[in-house]
Amino acid sequence: MADTTAPLPAAAKRRRPMADLKKQPGFNQIAWGCIFILYAPIIVLIAFSFNDNRSVVLWTEFSFRWYVEAFGNEGIRKATIVSLEVAAVATVFSTIFATMAALATTRTQPFKGQTLAYAIINQPLMIPEIVTAVSTLAFFSLIKQLTGVNGIGYLMLAHTVFCIPFAYMPIRARLEDMNLTMEQAAADLYAPPLQVFRRVTLPLLMPGIVAGAMLAFVVSLDDVIITLLVAGPGETTLPIYILGQIRRGITPEINAVSTLLLGLSIAFVTLFFLLGRRRK
Amino acid sequence: MAEIADTALSDNRLADAKRLHEARATRTRRFLLSPAILTIGIVGLFPLTITMIYSVLSPGTYGGVTWELSGEAYIQFLFERDIFDDTLTFSGSYLQIYGRSIGLAFVTTIGALLIGFPTAYFIASKPREQRNLWLFLITLPFWTNLLIRTYAMLLIIRDEGIINLSLMGIGIVEQPVSILYTDTAVFMGLIYSYLPFMVLPLYASLEKLDFRLVEAAYDLYANRLQVLRRVIIPMAKPGIVAGCILVFIPGLGAYITPELLGGGKHLMIGNLIALQFGSSRNWPFGSAAALILMAVVMVALLVYIRNAGKEGARHG
Amino acid sequence: MPVEPSATAGAGKTASSRTMISVDRVTKSFGSGNHLVTALDDVSVKIRENEFFTLLGPSGCGKTTLLRLIAGFELPTSGQILLDGEEIGHLPPYKRPVNTVFQNYALFPHMTVAQNIGFGLEMQGKPKADVDKTVQKMLAMVRMEHLAGRRTDQLSGGQQQRVALARALAPHPKVLLLDEPLSALDLKLRKEMQIELKRLQSETGITFVFVTHDQEEALTMSDRIAVMDTGHILQVGDPKEIYDRPARRFVADFIGDINILNAEMTAVKGDVGEVKLASGATITARLSSASVQPGSVSIAIRPENVGLCGVEDAARTAIGTIENAVYFGSGTNTHIALDGGGTIVARNSGETGAPGERVGVILPDRHLQVLID
Repeated sequence: MADTTAPLPAAAKRRRPMADLKKQPGFNQIAWGCIFILYAPIIVLIAFSFNDNRSVVLWTEFSFRWYVEAFGNEGIRKATIVSLEVAAVATVFSTIFATMAALATTRTQPFKGQTLAYAIINQPLMIPEIVTAVSTLAFFSLIKQLTGVNGIGYLMLAHTVFCIPFAYMPIRARLEDMNLTMEQAAADLYAPPLQVFRRVTLPLLMPGIVAGAMLAFVVSLDDVIITLLVAGPGETTLPIYILGQIRRGITPEINAVSTLLLGLSIAFVTLFFLLGRRRK
Repeated sequence: MAEIADTALSDNRLADAKRLHEARATRTRRFLLSPAILTIGIVGLFPLTITMIYSVLSPGTYGGVTWELSGEAYIQFLFERDIFDDTLTFSGSYLQIYGRSIGLAFVTTIGALLIGFPTAYFIASKPREQRNLWLFLITLPFWTNLLIRTYAMLLIIRDEGIINLSLMGIGIVEQPVSILYTDTAVFMGLIYSYLPFMVLPLYASLEKLDFRLVEAAYDLYANRLQVLRRVIIPMAKPGIVAGCILVFIPGLGAYITPELLGGGKHLMIGNLIALQFGSSRNWPFGSAAALILMAVVMVALLVYIRNAGKEGARHG
Repeated sequence: MPVEPSATAGAGKTASSRTMISVDRVTKSFGSGNHLVTALDDVSVKIRENEFFTLLGPSGCGKTTLLRLIAGFELPTSGQILLDGEEIGHLPPYKRPVNTVFQNYALFPHMTVAQNIGFGLEMQGKPKADVDKTVQKMLAMVRMEHLAGRRTDQLSGGQQQRVALARALAPHPKVLLLDEPLSALDLKLRKEMQIELKRLQSETGITFVFVTHDQEEALTMSDRIAVMDTGHILQVGDPKEIYDRPARRFVADFIGDINILNAEMTAVKGDVGEVKLASGATITARLSSASVQPGSVSIAIRPENVGLCGVEDAARTAIGTIENAVYFGSGTNTHIALDGGGTIVARNSGETGAPGERVGVILPDRHLQVLID
């Protein structure tokens, strides 16, 4: 790397000499290596989920066998339903709350305590998840002790909290992109504030809200640590179920379920990406 | 006379309108902010106080706490109490866990920076229309389940995993190299988990880099290494600091990675804490451990803020 | 039928003398403390019913702020704004019978052309049948019938402009505010739209308040112009008045090319002053204000009003040496260094002398104007 004046063979072949100046030796290789590191394990996992072999070591034959077995597994089915229920509730509430908060922080005059509001909204991102998890557990157990009320609501509430900042990000970004003149034009055309919101702000904000909801859903669906500590008996989500199975040993069924969960997240995030693209 | 009265009236109306406007804005803002602030405040922030209280109480027999004031949790952190005569002897085993966690998080941060910087630079030097796609490729794994990604890592690094099989296949090694359940495995897992956190902020600052400055540096006889050291890296500094923070903090509190790849033998802070709320049933100690973790994180953040402040002062 | 803009320009032809908007001692400041910026400083102006009124000035002069105060997007710091005799300064925008054409049109991207145009009427609670009828009428007026169902982001700049106009005119406001609506269009389209705007104004009979920094646009389109700078209105008048009789140095400088000469005023006689030029010649120039006192003054004259003659010609006001002559197509600008100091530019279409040649310069009294700084 010391001999920086000698161009790399690959760089020498570039058609545009100016682009060549941007290159740093070895950087391309590391970048490709980075992509490889990120994707290789996932690809191996996906490949083995289609492997018709219990040992999970050697490739034998392509098969949907483990998917069929996973679908037949009562535990997996139950965990999937719990996961979807929790994610759905957390997504709805966190998206509504995040939308309201984003409107407050972008559509009104700067106010005292704005920084504090930002800090509170982003708080779940700044504290290590394990700390949030144990303090939430401590808090909920205290309330359960005092009121005697149990149920899955606690888990949903905990998910709503950490989903809010994720939903908030794209919604706020969208609002900041949106020019105030649209709303002024509506007010100029006799629309009172509520009508401005309903007829102009909300429809224009919709892509941001959808993106925020998708992120919230994915984040809720993927959570392990907080769920692990907060979830009561019978509230096993899919990741918790998978964790339990992995602890017992590797089974091809888990590969299949993991691939499905992976596929779901990837589908959502890809959709999010494409939505963002169309907007430009 | 009438003229003056009229003006006064209009000024009053204007003041009224402004007051009304202000009052309405404040009301609207409160209404819009309160659900998010209250939810996070009550369920996210307030429990931290409970954790503080729990850390100075005594453990309950079946988990939870008994409401008896005790500094035992903090004493336990540094000393071992003899079961028979209650004497305290210094014990570094918990400190060691913290030390190893900090060390691992630190090494992970450096590793992620070494891989992440060239990657971010690579993306930033791509034509604008290709950048988003690259960014998408980098962030996609981040949005997928951490547990599953860690599990996938486990699949490839275990003794019968694809890495060992290929190494043995081409005859480099006779016996499988044991990676799983070592610090190396945890390190690999952590890098793998948090790499996107490093790339994103680095990209954000490199994207703003005006490549004409690079050209100017070349024009002034700098070679590639000098351009990197004297122009590109200084300009990317805010991104480097932010990326390091974003990798270090979650790396420090990691739970899943050491759990699956460290095999329970190589505990990190996250596992220690979770263990106290699980089978160890020592909630006060778990709370104390969590608060000490928070303290370490705060120190890291303060260093960051002080650096950021200095940067700001230099530029301002 | 398109009307030549210059044909309708001129005070009083289409506008009545009734006041539509009265801006009375309005001040608007932004920020506070050390960061206090006064965008408008004690501004008063009256805009007549049915006139095409232009706020002209460089960016940052306060013209857009004044427009936004009339629209209701900002509240004045003090002062009052009357619309058709009623005070509106404190009302929110949706309670003011005033509509705006925005600089970048601000068309709603999630609605069709027809929905955009009908929005104001709908918000006023008009029955659907009436809304549809008016929308059709508006579409016809801006010749966009064939694009009624189009999404607005599929339109060209000129088409968007027409939709923005139709949308703002549809509720038949008492006043239409236009915030540099032509600045995003290319030159050819801009000329077309200037004619179109004048046509729409005379067809609808609505008062137009037009904001621009383009002096040529202002001169061609307006019934009256207010020239603004640094939060003040410097002069209000019809285009001819503003061009021929600029009252202040800034107005003279901002609009068209002008010669400004330093001179000494020796006496004031009614609305003219006796002025002694540096060359020694004595002339009479019009005063823009009675408050001008004898002493050192600036006098202004447009290049096209400066005449050239022989050195011995009796009509000459001064004598000078030609420095250079710049040909620009329809004429020539001759730069002359005057004996006794100062340079002056004369514009003519005929022959002019070569550099170094001595010439006589004629400064007709009726074109000379004493300026206030």
